[in-house]
Amino acid sequence: MKKEIRICGFGGQGVILAGFIIGKAASVFMNYNAVQSQSYGPEARGGAARSEVIISDEKIGYPRPTSVDLLVAMSQESFDTYRNDLRDDTVIVVDPDLVKKHEIGQPVYKIHAQRIAEELGNKIVTNIVMVGAATSIFKLLDPEAVRKAVLDSVPSRFKELNLKAFEKGLEAGKNALKGL
Amino acid sequence: MRYKRDPKKIREVLGDKVQFVLGDMACVYGGILAGCSFFGGYPITPASEIAEGMARLLPRVGGTYIQMEDEIGSIAAVIGASWGGAKAMTATSGPGFSLMMENYGFAVMTETPCVIVNIQRTGPSTGQPTLGAQGDMMQARWGTHGDFEAIALAPSNVQECLDFTIEAFNLSEKYRNPVCVMADGEIGHLRERITIPDEKDLKIINRVEATIDKEKFIPFGVSQTRKSKVPDFPVFGTGYHTYVTGLTHNEKGFPATDKQKDHEKLVKRITSKISDDIDKIVKVEETHLDDADIAFVTYGASARPAETAMELARKKGVKVGMLRLKIVWPFPEKVIYKLGKKVDKIIVPEMNLGQIVHPVKEAVSGNCEVVSAPKIGGEMHLPHELLPYLGVK
Repeated sequence: MKKEIRICGFGGQGVILAGFIIGKAASVFMNYNAVQSQSYGPEARGGAARSEVIISDEKIGYPRPTSVDLLVAMSQESFDTYRNDLRDDTVIVVDPDLVKKHEIGQPVYKIHAQRIAEELGNKIVTNIVMVGAATSIFKLLDPEAVRKAVLDSVPSRFKELNLKAFEKGLEAGKNALKGL
Repeated sequence: MRYKRDPKKIREVLGDKVQFVLGDMACVYGGILAGCSFFGGYPITPASEIAEGMARLLPRVGGTYIQMEDEIGSIAAVIGASWGGAKAMTATSGPGFSLMMENYGFAVMTETPCVIVNIQRTGPSTGQPTLGAQGDMMQARWGTHGDFEAIALAPSNVQECLDFTIEAFNLSEKYRNPVCVMADGEIGHLRERITIPDEKDLKIINRVEATIDKEKFIPFGVSQTRKSKVPDFPVFGTGYHTYVTGLTHNEKGFPATDKQKDHEKLVKRITSKISDDIDKIVKVEETHLDDADIAFVTYGASARPAETAMELARKKGVKVGMLRLKIVWPFPEKVIYKLGKKVDKIIVPEMNLGQIVHPVKEAVSGNCEVVSAPKIGGEMHLPHELLPYLGVK
């Protein structure tokens, strides 16, 4: 088993943290091999940023994706930039409010992550909603492992907010699975 | 007061035994585990996370972090700290490594144990700050002037960033020579799982400090207490008054700059203390070499795509193996010579325009074909880019 995941958005949305959480859940809490790499522009905010995770039950040689199994997109620019190497069966998850032009002739799971985060009181947790949704949709990782990784990776005063965001994301993911 | 390494405290500060961390951070952990108590540095991408990590963690184990005015000051501070008895390190990238070259030589000449981590990025000059490269491999070997032996390790994964930083300290303390950890932006900025070794599994070497009668002490000759070309170390402040200079010096440490014999004796000792031990220092990893017709010789990040290319090619029936240099300097000449007699072709993928391919060619001595597979611009080879070198389409 080898799965390649790409999470993209604009700088400042927390796409790198999202990748870190998924990688940590897989490698520390589920004992898979995982590598997480990232690339971003020199800007602290804005620009297209991406975080990539490879999860495998074998040793991972080349540490960057060559054929993406799951794409999570949180901005139009990054979706346009990083969707060039998708397969027909790549699972695609987008926030339709942030990626308005997402009809590319293959199924797309739509998660209103930013809206959900705003309803929770802070759009800063949009990334964690997406992590939850991707966990439900992609079904590779045990939600409990991802939950532990979320709680391990955020400052203590924001644990409750992030946990709520994750649970809402899990639920939104399940609903999206039913809907598609 | 001298720093005392406290294994329990170190593990309390480093946290969980199993973590998912950046290569840079693993270098920090390795340094602290080795007993590093001084970091003098100047942040530079992609090595900044090492300075950040050290600034955060080193004071908590009782060590000292100093941000210097630049990289020249950084390594100077590290050398000074080492003479004060501390295990000391710095971390940098290309432009900073260039600035350190003069004092790198000073550390060699004064036999100062210290560790320099270079998270290589592309050059020349400021190049591509956020992207990885392997363009400083020859600089680690020849970058400072004069005759010397270099010791340099090249981690290919995040666990090795931790393990090799410990090993770098061990080699540095044992041979009293600066040791470079030649990582790169790809591995430094990669996150993988690491396991922090238990204390019982850890091998820690400390320099042998001077214990002989102060009157009889000779600071820059062979050891007076062991059979070794490495002299016992007179920690500043312990009463072993020692003159430390980068000028050619006699065994007592005083400048002796006008006699051929004095210079030859000194430099032959400080080079042969390492070259005599090459077989003990060399560390390589062999994969699928038993039946191989073609071999990759790799190190650092470029081993990763090579490994994948090797597996892809073997599935197609091409007998490819890999020799990975964990320690690049001193160069494992004998190992490469034997490999050259065994295989038809050696391919050397590097994230530069061809550096380590040259000593490989020299060691192979014409016994097989040696091909350079260079790639520059801040990206690793894609595995399929290496397949044509193996005759696989």
